[in-house]
Amino acid sequence: MTDTIDAPAASPAFIGSRRVRREDPALLTGEARFTDDLVLTGALWLGIVRSTMAHARLASIDLSGALEQPGVVAAYAGADLEGEWAAPMPCAWAVTDDMKNPAHLPVAVGKACYVGDAVAVVVAETRTAAVDAMDHVVVEYEPLPVAVDLDDALSDRNVIHADLGTNTSYTWVLSPEPEAVDRAFAEAAHTVSEDYVQQRLLPSPMETRNVAVVPAPYDGDYVVYTSTQIPHILKVMLGLTVGVPEQKLRVIAPSVGGGFGSKLDVYAEEVLAVALARKLGRPIRWTEERTEAGTATIQGRAQHQHIELAADGDGRITGIRVRLLADMGAYLQLITPGIPLLGAFLYHGCYDVPAYAFECTGVFTNKTPTDAYRGAGRPEANYAIERAVDALAAQMGVDPAEIRRRNFIREFPYSSAPGLVFDSGDYEPALAKALDLVGYDALRAEQERRRASGDLTQLGIGLSTYVEMCGLAPSKVLASLNYSAGGWESATVRMLPTGKVLVITGTTPHGQGHETSWSMIAADRLGVDPDDVEVLHSDTAISPLGLDTYGSRSLSVGGSALWFATEKVIAKARSIAAHQLEAAEDDLAFSDGTFSVKGTPSRSMTMAAVAYAAFTAHDLPEGVEPNLEAQVTWDPPNFTFPFGAHVCVVEVDTETGSVRLRDYVAVDDCGNQVNPLIVEGQVHGGIAQGIAQALFEEAVYDEEGNLRSATLADYLVPSSPDLPSFRLASTVTPSPTNPMGVKGIGEAGCIAATPAVINGIVDALRPLGVTDVRMPASPWRVWDTIQAATGHPAGDAAEGQQPAPDQPARDQPATDQPAKDQEVPT
Amino acid sequence: MQVSMTVNGGAQVHEVEPRTLLVHHIREALGLTGTNVGCDTSSCGACTVHLDGEAVKSCTVLAVQADGSEITTIEGMATAEGLHPMQRAFQEQHGLQCGFCTPGMVMAAVSLLDEIPTPTEAQVREGLEGNLCRCTGYHNIVRAVLAASGQALDDPVSVGGAGA
Repeated sequence: MTDTIDAPAASPAFIGSRRVRREDPALLTGEARFTDDLVLTGALWLGIVRSTMAHARLASIDLSGALEQPGVVAAYAGADLEGEWAAPMPCAWAVTDDMKNPAHLPVAVGKACYVGDAVAVVVAETRTAAVDAMDHVVVEYEPLPVAVDLDDALSDRNVIHADLGTNTSYTWVLSPEPEAVDRAFAEAAHTVSEDYVQQRLLPSPMETRNVAVVPAPYDGDYVVYTSTQIPHILKVMLGLTVGVPEQKLRVIAPSVGGGFGSKLDVYAEEVLAVALARKLGRPIRWTEERTEAGTATIQGRAQHQHIELAADGDGRITGIRVRLLADMGAYLQLITPGIPLLGAFLYHGCYDVPAYAFECTGVFTNKTPTDAYRGAGRPEANYAIERAVDALAAQMGVDPAEIRRRNFIREFPYSSAPGLVFDSGDYEPALAKALDLVGYDALRAEQERRRASGDLTQLGIGLSTYVEMCGLAPSKVLASLNYSAGGWESATVRMLPTGKVLVITGTTPHGQGHETSWSMIAADRLGVDPDDVEVLHSDTAISPLGLDTYGSRSLSVGGSALWFATEKVIAKARSIAAHQLEAAEDDLAFSDGTFSVKGTPSRSMTMAAVAYAAFTAHDLPEGVEPNLEAQVTWDPPNFTFPFGAHVCVVEVDTETGSVRLRDYVAVDDCGNQVNPLIVEGQVHGGIAQGIAQALFEEAVYDEEGNLRSATLADYLVPSSPDLPSFRLASTVTPSPTNPMGVKGIGEAGCIAATPAVINGIVDALRPLGVTDVRMPASPWRVWDTIQAATGHPAGDAAEGQQPAPDQPARDQPATDQPAKDQEVPT
Repeated sequence: MQVSMTVNGGAQVHEVEPRTLLVHHIREALGLTGTNVGCDTSSCGACTVHLDGEAVKSCTVLAVQADGSEITTIEGMATAEGLHPMQRAFQEQHGLQCGFCTPGMVMAAVSLLDEIPTPTEAQVREGLEGNLCRCTGYHNIVRAVLAASGQALDDPVSVGGAGA
């Protein structure tokens, strides 16, 4: 894990520039094709009948009415399709040897386990015919007792999967030196014990999920178009679940309208579409409705967190204990059980903490399965440590910036107590820059004035410093975590006879601009113009090797694979050029796309000329194959560890509970930046999603397990007036573990922002006795929290205010109201 | 029912089911798939088009209600000379990532500047309230609209690419 690579001292022409994206014109003109835009002759439309009950025996399913509807070709209940499956829906991450994983079929048989669980399907000639016919499927439900609340589910009062005998899927423990943790707490001068609730979130990419499968019945192969982040992984999983030989599958992700982790999955509809295309011999397509997506697409977060800090008299943290309850939902999707564990190593944040103990229990509930959502485990970890550090600072009467400075990791590489090796970092300058930019001292003075004058609008300054592990992932580390795949990435670089360049990448961009950034990398390396580089991706027939895009991995792993592929191309080109120039390879210099003989620059050969010579193969060195192409599969030696400091300035109206974001400053360090324009865009979007968790969004379930915020009218994805402009800056601390010194930035904003906002609100209200505000911190909830803290009668927020350590606050009750004046339908 | 409309300057006459939404008519009958569907509650604005010069969410209009009207979709914005200035501003300011909300956002933004040629940042934010974006945090969308209105922006500019 400590291998290092010396980054070459290059003078890049394109890397580091704010180059606009080549992806944009097609998207801006409507020319780009998303899955639902495809014209597929003869395609049938799939409609999924979904359970309206969270837990019910399927007493009968009558398809006859649907089959009589015009345009209906077929209809099936789960039992009718059981023979189609070679294996149940896949979970690739058995986090413990004894993890319980219920059998999960694409269409439920016997009983439904959450609202949205597929119970029958209709196939029709048109989209509208399928939708109309679904109303004629009659399902008789026999309700079963539900386990909706996380603590209630843990109690096994109502067991969802009877064959498992319990709702507990697993308990995963990371406690390298338990005695050291006990000692730290026994000897502590200060201790903090906090409980936080990570509410359920709907990832909500603007494009819902879509799939279209085109079979070629006589060849037995299938082209699968799907709105996914993972065409490569999906191909393997489709082969295993549907039993189609993998070599007969081609998976294409056309333009994909965002994912945020929710399209890092294998979904029932994808599996169904392949099976039905096989069964019916015609193209099958499906488009998810937005309200359907509320329950049919995985959800994020959903954890109860308990964190304890031990600190010495100076506020130096000496030990951390963390206990999580993580809501799996009704089944385990692709990496459901592993999500909390992606944060398991990071609950000490950017702080040098010698003693560490972590435990997570995954629990089944009668709700939509959870899985990866932007940051996946790391936003939760950063939230807990950043809130707890603020609590420690408040308890000691120390400034929140000062408590962080006292605890920062200062020596790199850093071997953490939970067992990671942090590649590089320099945390204090990032914090100093953020404080300077936001005008910290002046804000503290204003806060003091407002407090002294009893201003009804109180000022809060929320700090969040963070470190994350990105660049998923070294395959050996994944093996040690029981993950069923590797973490490498592939790239191919092909010089064309005309001197143009093809780059084929195994990453799968869906908004991140890989075509632009990869072309800049190849251009700099090969000495060509970026516009002469074509970047191909997201089609397993064109890019057969890849592990796709998630976990802020694409640049640090996929970009590095590209870098090494250019290196191989240059090496082969050098041997051809040396042969043609009748010089020794060592005597050739390569710069700006030209090989020249050192000391005799007039003897030279351009890369384009070498490419042509390699193509004609008329005069190649002995043993050198024609053509100029290299493929590299690169397995990173370590994760990368981006970091930064965010400050959120809030004004809280203590009479109404409304929170105004007055300023937001972010200083992020993702190592060297290939394209700062794209880096900033990733940070903006991440911050917005982090703020959204803090202030606006929640998948609200009632006691019967009904999702009451499934539509975009009820689920408050922020719109432009809800957010401020963000003020960004960066520091640059290159990673020593990859050739470009890059780290990753896709999730950083989302990891940093949520605690920055809530710390700001709590900071504003601390003089009133407020120590916590449940998320989302809607005006009602903030107001209610203030009422409870100041001794006035209060409702739910007060109950959730200070839960006992062993009893994390209960799930959001149905009586809660969303932040805006919109009605939740009942 | 038969509906006639002028779409991106061309006459279009089609038979439609009375319940057909304008957005489905545009996407399915006319094959103009740049106009996207992002929700089912008229919340997201991805389907925004211009109907007789005004931005409307085409999921809130029946195709038959648009009979006799003039429609502009995203496909009608660029010309032989290149991208519309708003499209160019979105590219230069990196106002899009996945691009799914973008057609609707551009149509709403063009309409906004028709109403308020030199808006403040707050006016841009209020004016785009009906269009949701999940990628950009709106920061660069707002900058793009301000730039397209001819207002100078203070921080760094982008370089290169097709639109520059």
